[in-house]
Amino acid sequence: MSCSRRDFLKQACGGTLASVLPVSAFTFLSMEEARAAVENANVRWAFLVDTRKCVGCGLCVKACKNENEIPYDAPVMRTWVERYVITNDGTAHIDSPMGGRDGFIDNVINGEEIDPDTIDKAFFVPKLCNQCDNPPCVQVCPVGATYQTGDGVVLVDREWCIGCGYCIMACPYGVRFFHPVHKVADKCNFCYHRITKGMNPACVESCAFDARRIANLRDPDDPVTKIITTERVAVLKDEYGTKPHVFYIGLDENVR
Amino acid sequence: MKWHVLRPLWLAIGLVVVILIARQFLVPDDFGVHGESFTYNFHRLSNVQEWKDFPVKHLGRESCVECHEENVTVLNASPHAAIECENCHGPAVGHPDDVEFLPIERAREHCLRCHASLDYPNHARSELPNVRDRTHKRRRECVKCHYPHDPREKPE
Repeated sequence: MSCSRRDFLKQACGGTLASVLPVSAFTFLSMEEARAAVENANVRWAFLVDTRKCVGCGLCVKACKNENEIPYDAPVMRTWVERYVITNDGTAHIDSPMGGRDGFIDNVINGEEIDPDTIDKAFFVPKLCNQCDNPPCVQVCPVGATYQTGDGVVLVDREWCIGCGYCIMACPYGVRFFHPVHKVADKCNFCYHRITKGMNPACVESCAFDARRIANLRDPDDPVTKIITTERVAVLKDEYGTKPHVFYIGLDENVR
Repeated sequence: MKWHVLRPLWLAIGLVVVILIARQFLVPDDFGVHGESFTYNFHRLSNVQEWKDFPVKHLGRESCVECHEENVTVLNASPHAAIECENCHGPAVGHPDDVEFLPIERAREHCLRCHASLDYPNHARSELPNVRDRTHKRRRECVKCHYPHDPREKPE
């Protein structure tokens, strides 16, 4: 068989091209998929917590439990409020009885009465799922039961979850828990059923002090997005590289 | 190769085939990578809709005002305007059709959530009107003397 140099080069180039181009390059989106992709690109949910405004009433925790059908008296919650009291000897007294569901109505922390005269500073920190851009909880799921939606919220598929608990261990923020009724992993999803209908999450709705607010980061006119982009905000455990999307105003070094 | 070597090999191959066939029936059609990343977007697509369909419980003040306009008007003009009706009356879902009466939270502890003095310096709680639980009308219900829809008024 003879082969001219020209033919050889032609075939070699063609062969290389064909082997380099992946099949997926020729995948076409259906109309539905294309529309979903465009819609999702317009929304990225984020949360803003102003710890300076929080008075520790715990009504957000109560509303969350009722809204999301989390057993009221079980020690599990999708959101909770932590109290930090720093006394003048440098000690941080931290508590969150029942996640702060019943508010903080006295100065007793972990059975110890704190003398108000010794308090340097005190504040409340509401916590909830950070809806990370790199969610470690999703990476460890062995069955694909937890995932990130196009608008940034991490959801749990209750039908698909086998309740192995890897994700509960993997979350550096400890926001996941085992749902005592459905026997699956559960966590805050920014009240996905509410935000997708244009409503506020239950905790945001119940907060009388604007300490908790929801934002769409893709909407430059969103007033809360403006605060996140122009004011000094911080996130929890930035060093983990999870890219959390719950932003805090007034964080303290004692907050863990 | 000898038969006793091939036997477990056929068994292994058979098992793989059985699992692959079973997978076709057990894994839902919409299961796959829906998004950019295999790591983060591998899921059952219909679950997103399932979460969107989760029932809403807190309906907000707009729902209350339809029947209770008088109370909402008083509340809106009071220092308690920022407090949602459902914070004290519970979620309104099903009211008034299935749930004829919503609970009314009258407990002293409910008011103390915001109005208990904690003596924290430079703190939002300290700026609210507050009382010491131990000394102020011990164990009495706040609503006996303070009208919650407008705390400047006395209850009727």
